[in-house]
Amino acid sequence: MRYDSGDEERAAISDGGHSGMSTRARTCTLRDAPDLKEASRQVRRIILEQSKRANVGHIGSSLCIAEILVVLYGRILRRASVDDPERDRFLLGKGHAALALYATLQLDGVLSETDLETYCSVHGTRLGVHPDHHLPGVDFSTGALGQAITFGAGAALAARMQGSRRRVFVLVSDAECNEGSLWEAAMFAAHNRLSNLVVIVDDNGQQAFGKTADVLRPSSLDAQWGGVGWTVERRDGHDPERLTTTLEGIDTDGAGSPTVVIAQTIFGKGVSYMEGQIKWHYWPMSDEEYAQALREVETGP
Amino acid sequence: VRGAFIEVLVQLAARDARVVLLTADLGFNVLEPFADAYPERFFNVGVAEQNMMGLATGLADSGFFPFAYSIVSFATLRPLEFLRNGPVHHRLPVRVVGVGGGLDYSLAGPSHYGLEDVGVLRVMPGLTIVAPADKPQARAALEATWDLPGPVYYRMGKGDVGEVPGLAGRFRLGKVEVLREGRDVAILSLGTLAHEAVRASEELAERGIMPQVVVVSCVSPAPVEDLASLLRGVPLAVTYEAHHAVGGLGSLVSEVIAEAGLGCRLARCAATPPNQGLVGGKAYVQEAHGISPHFLVELVMRCLGGERPV
Repeated sequence: MRYDSGDEERAAISDGGHSGMSTRARTCTLRDAPDLKEASRQVRRIILEQSKRANVGHIGSSLCIAEILVVLYGRILRRASVDDPERDRFLLGKGHAALALYATLQLDGVLSETDLETYCSVHGTRLGVHPDHHLPGVDFSTGALGQAITFGAGAALAARMQGSRRRVFVLVSDAECNEGSLWEAAMFAAHNRLSNLVVIVDDNGQQAFGKTADVLRPSSLDAQWGGVGWTVERRDGHDPERLTTTLEGIDTDGAGSPTVVIAQTIFGKGVSYMEGQIKWHYWPMSDEEYAQALREVETGP
Repeated sequence: VRGAFIEVLVQLAARDARVVLLTADLGFNVLEPFADAYPERFFNVGVAEQNMMGLATGLADSGFFPFAYSIVSFATLRPLEFLRNGPVHHRLPVRVVGVGGGLDYSLAGPSHYGLEDVGVLRVMPGLTIVAPADKPQARAALEATWDLPGPVYYRMGKGDVGEVPGLAGRFRLGKVEVLREGRDVAILSLGTLAHEAVRASEELAERGIMPQVVVVSCVSPAPVEDLASLLRGVPLAVTYEAHHAVGGLGSLVSEVIAEAGLGCRLARCAATPPNQGLVGGKAYVQEAHGISPHFLVELVMRCLGGERPV
């Protein structure tokens, strides 16, 4: 880690905190969460608090995957601990939404609130804009779009070769489907019947410099994934119960095709003035905007 | 050279179940011994080098030693960012096998030349870079590096260039091998050009010049100490490589000379692409790029005569 000079005390706190994490026993509390809607609200609250404190953007991209992450960590991923070799792997292809992952890992007991308080700290932190594997709970460093699925396909292939039942879940964005390398991996997984690889596409319709439909979508995502041999399911990405049943229903042991769940989401979900607005791919919130956002998220559905 | 490499790889696969071979649809008539012996550990991933590098990353993270095989430019330049963010950043034991370093694919044309790989990979922290000079050294280098904890790049010659006299299969990580002692000039060659450097040194000896001949087969970790101590005793160093002058062996040697504060002069015999659309046999194309024992001898003579290298 590199720190700005002259603030060794802060640096020591944040580094000490993370070193501690690698040895601390982690209890996965999200698995016992009775209400995933409430957990999603908590994730959104943390996203707003930390992005406001750090004064950084990518809020809209983080807000829209709250349900997907709490479903994965609360109901789907089999993880005895964050470094159990037999754990299911998770890769956040759209790494710019790492804050949503950190928030989920906090609810899951892997990260502490103190850890989250270092998010995007200029004094040195392992909680940057994109997730890094040095942080406990992060399986691979991701965020260069189109790469996570290739790492994930390798991890899924490894599980098959080792006769393990472990699975690999990769959350990609709809814009990430612009990347050619994603399709290289998709073809490989289908050809090699890697049913233990599950991709979730966050279909929020928004990308960094325009609407996904306007930038590069020559045919429907469903047709594209189906065309390379994947089983395609389309679901409401904000319905934790349906997402859970869908993901639980996938046969990840057989020799069938891999499955993609195209999760229809709303960019900036939960904050009215952010929904579908490109500026919230980048901008931090003013004090007034923050107050309104918190209110809406805490009283939201 | 690559044939010898595959021979050893098959032996390693017999010893260790973690050895896996991936190819991006190349290696016909080369990789079959592995594919036939270990079909469950052999994957033709298709013409998809970025995914090959990503797959290797995922496999290595799960405990395998994946070897990813293709022609140099497709094994390194095409998936470069996957190599950086994958095995290099995660410090995983992925092995990139690039065949045809330099101008081995002479008739195939510039799309298939490998003249930038050392330069772009030498900047990657923790990536071991090995360029064997001949078959016995390829065997030794693979034996010495296959189970290193971090990533390795092998720059392999395509054809058999014969054994380099006096090398006798020696290879040491982070070291160079000296083939001939001399005090007038140190000739440092990269990989499979070693035998041409030997030929040039014989010609120089006939002209009364005593060259030291050094084989550099391990580029990273850089043989800094060896180079510094060898070059302390000579007035002139001439590098010889099938690579652009920028970023390759010549650059490495210049860094060592400058940082050690040596008084040794450096001249680089490296590739200068003629860019005239001409292809041909390997000797023809190398000659057209300014790489041949003849050019090397000329360069040494010019430098020792007090002229500036051109």
